[in-house]
Amino acid sequence: MSNVTTASTKEAKWWNGGKSPFDVEYGKVMMWYFLMSDAFTFGAFLIAYGTVRFSTNGWPNPNEVFKSYPFAGEGTNAPLVFVSIMTFILIISSVTMVLAVHAGKMMDKKGVVRNMIFTIIGGIAFLSCQAWEWNHLHHEGAWWGMNPFINADGTASSTNFTNFFFTITGFHGFHVFSGVVINIIMLIMTLTNQFEKRGHYLMIEKAGLYWHFVDLVWVFVFTCFYLL
Amino acid sequence: MSNHDTHEHGDPIAEIKKVTIILSVLTIIELILGFWMIGVTSEGGRLAIKGTIVILMLAKAFYIVAYFMHLKHELKNLIMTIVVPLALFIWFITAFLSDGNSFRNLRNTYDPHFKAQSTIKVEAKEAHHGEEGAKEATPAKAAETEKK
Repeated sequence: MSNVTTASTKEAKWWNGGKSPFDVEYGKVMMWYFLMSDAFTFGAFLIAYGTVRFSTNGWPNPNEVFKSYPFAGEGTNAPLVFVSIMTFILIISSVTMVLAVHAGKMMDKKGVVRNMIFTIIGGIAFLSCQAWEWNHLHHEGAWWGMNPFINADGTASSTNFTNFFFTITGFHGFHVFSGVVINIIMLIMTLTNQFEKRGHYLMIEKAGLYWHFVDLVWVFVFTCFYLL
Repeated sequence: MSNHDTHEHGDPIAEIKKVTIILSVLTIIELILGFWMIGVTSEGGRLAIKGTIVILMLAKAFYIVAYFMHLKHELKNLIMTIVVPLALFIWFITAFLSDGNSFRNLRNTYDPHFKAQSTIKVEAKEAHHGEEGAKEATPAKAAETEKK
């Protein structure tokens, strides 16, 4: 025993066996920890939003703010329609990502390529929707520090609503953008047979974890901003 | 790795299909509740619907993490190292939201200006259609949208 304790300072590698505690590769564990820290960042943003909303008497009605969709006329009143499309785009792209991961486990290169392409298309579609919405809101006079929407009870609103909306959806949109870039890199690596040479598609699983996390965050952002 | 995965649970494709359907159904219920809430004016009714939406949101989060992110089929050690720290959120949400609520009550009680500000009705300006607010910052862009 005394042997072990004294040796541990010199030779750090005295432990060399037993069951693997997590039974996943190093990169995947680290991806999980990264996502956990990212969850805290998003959580902090959303809790700050909730706290500010709880500490104010009035708040704009999301059904008044988000009531339009592309190519709709001026007087359109279609709350929740556009954002539900965005939500489904992201859910479906998450499903194609799972299918890509599954195809990777089966060493099915064609399946990986096909589903990665669908996932990338879904991500780009979501980003386009968000770009349209930001542009539309900006034309209505909403931006950081500018809020044209009055509170639901008819009183004057502060800029808290737009500040939080653009910061949080912007941060999420940035994650979607990074996800799309990562997925494109994964697609290129698949097409150049990098994973075939390695003998496994574990990188696709890690990219998949990130992509699902982006979808997961949207579940919360969508609920907090558009539904509640 | 992949062997032990496929042994642990049945047909993965069937599971993906099942979870996709569950997520879609939950989202549709959320949207129906959202549409329904537009017409509900009573404070209690709105609160009840909002509570239901939050529960559905957590259910969706569970399905995404457990099945799409595969966490349910990982070893318990890994599950715990992720889930236990996230339990801090229970405290964050309770503490911060009640703090915000208490701050509002305090201001309404002791700050007459704050209270007065939140009772004055303002006119619903036609800023919704790119006039009022947009003029200050980007008059040219606002004019463009008017033409469109």
